[in-house]
Amino acid sequence: MSFSLYVEVLIQGVLSGLVYGLMALGLSVIFGVVRVVNFAHGEFAVLAMYCAFVLFGLAGVDPIIASIPLAIAFFVLGYAMQRGMVQPFVTRPQHEQFILLVGVALVITNGLLLVFGPESKHVDLPYSFDSYTVAGVLIDKVRVYGAAAALAVTAALFAFFRFTSTGTAIRASADNLTGAAVVGLDVKRLYAISFGLGLACVGAAGSIMMALTDMTPMLAPSLTLLAFTIVIVGGLGSMTGALAGGLLIGVAEAVASLVVSPAIKSMVSFGLLVLVLALRPQGLFGKAES
Amino acid sequence: MLSVESLDLFYGDAQALSGVTLDVPEGEIVAIVGANGAGKTSLIRAIAGMLKPAAGRVFYKGADITGLDSHRVCNLGVGQVAEGRQVFPTLTVRENLAMGGLLPRARARKTGNMERMLELFPRLRERLTQAAGTLSGGEQQMLAIARCLMGEPDLVMFDEPSLGLSPALANDVLDTIVDLNRKGLSCLLVEQNVAASLEIAKHAYVLENGSITLSGQGSQLLADDRVRQAYLGM
Repeated sequence: MSFSLYVEVLIQGVLSGLVYGLMALGLSVIFGVVRVVNFAHGEFAVLAMYCAFVLFGLAGVDPIIASIPLAIAFFVLGYAMQRGMVQPFVTRPQHEQFILLVGVALVITNGLLLVFGPESKHVDLPYSFDSYTVAGVLIDKVRVYGAAAALAVTAALFAFFRFTSTGTAIRASADNLTGAAVVGLDVKRLYAISFGLGLACVGAAGSIMMALTDMTPMLAPSLTLLAFTIVIVGGLGSMTGALAGGLLIGVAEAVASLVVSPAIKSMVSFGLLVLVLALRPQGLFGKAES
Repeated sequence: MLSVESLDLFYGDAQALSGVTLDVPEGEIVAIVGANGAGKTSLIRAIAGMLKPAAGRVFYKGADITGLDSHRVCNLGVGQVAEGRQVFPTLTVRENLAMGGLLPRARARKTGNMERMLELFPRLRERLTQAAGTLSGGEQQMLAIARCLMGEPDLVMFDEPSLGLSPALANDVLDTIVDLNRKGLSCLLVEQNVAASLEIAKHAYVLENGSITLSGQGSQLLADDRVRQAYLGM
């Protein structure tokens, strides 16, 4: 195998990793702030993929463009879901939260099966097979667009948390919940915004993924697992960790597919997970429990 | 200004407060004295809306605020400097102060208030861009007080403000409270430094096992044999 092939695969891994990272970022934001694990994360990603698929079929909207309106729609969905359904569970034991969100996951997957059936779907974009050639290295155009969109959404989210007062208030509640109540922050509202932002990430990421891969409703559990792996490798609750984890898993899977076989992809990412749990249980960017 | 009537509070089956009644008149410092676990922090959190009482009423400026969410209570002008300071450790000092100024009642004057706080506590100005978790205990206490004042409260509940501070710093903090009171702030003060808090308080209550067992003027309680024996070790 030539050197340029390795470079190609490496770049491809980075580009997919950015999209994975955005999806995982949503899980990390929700857990980091609301302290509820979204066990329906992959299901929401697949829901977004189907939304993008329908938008493409009905109006010919490019899924990468559709990531913006879908991020907004999923924000509203997440906000309403936290207010109406998840909030009462925030103070309940974790196994009850687990059942609630697994219930949501089952409803989404079976709803999609009911409406769209189990066949895999994909969209044909006019530039699906185009690529750039840089110094003899081939790069898929669609992956570049997808990664750019994912990066833009991620940057917007980071800017929101860093520079707006609502974003700072969300960081404050994640930092010290008692302190947040003491100064009079409306924690329930901040939780709803956080859950909304978490789903906005997964809405945008799912929409972008529709441009990159085939999809069936049964893909959802493996996406949930992927998001979990990334977030645990990167450090649960750390936004930078989710991104770094996404890149790492993206590259590791791409390289493993090339060197061994595509079938070994998941084994490599779970192997990484085990390795990180054994050597650095808090994840690469996580804080150790004090 | 603030009155609490027959407040009962439970943690599961355990009763933390029973029939607590007290009054904070406008412009005064009222102290609550009691051993660890007597229910002082529970009382403050129940008034602040962070814990929901099982029975009883809390009135503020004549309005019933029992069971209101904490952000609404804060926005009415009831501030809190909580036990353990409760700053946001990874946020900068500036961000911590800004969080105190987010209350709708004070938001429009955030910049001016921040400047006033930095004049009141010059040490905080030197630390503006530093993470609050890296401050010393005394600096964190100043930050907690300044952050609370950013919300322009009319009444502040201080929960153990001198805990963990050196005697000199503890005095500074109590002096600050007296100063703020002279400028018109009403205060409810919970202090483990019983002698000092009874000296500055006009009125005081003794809280034991969740009930008020004694109340009177600060100077009166300071001279009371039961108080002297139990809390002053005399």
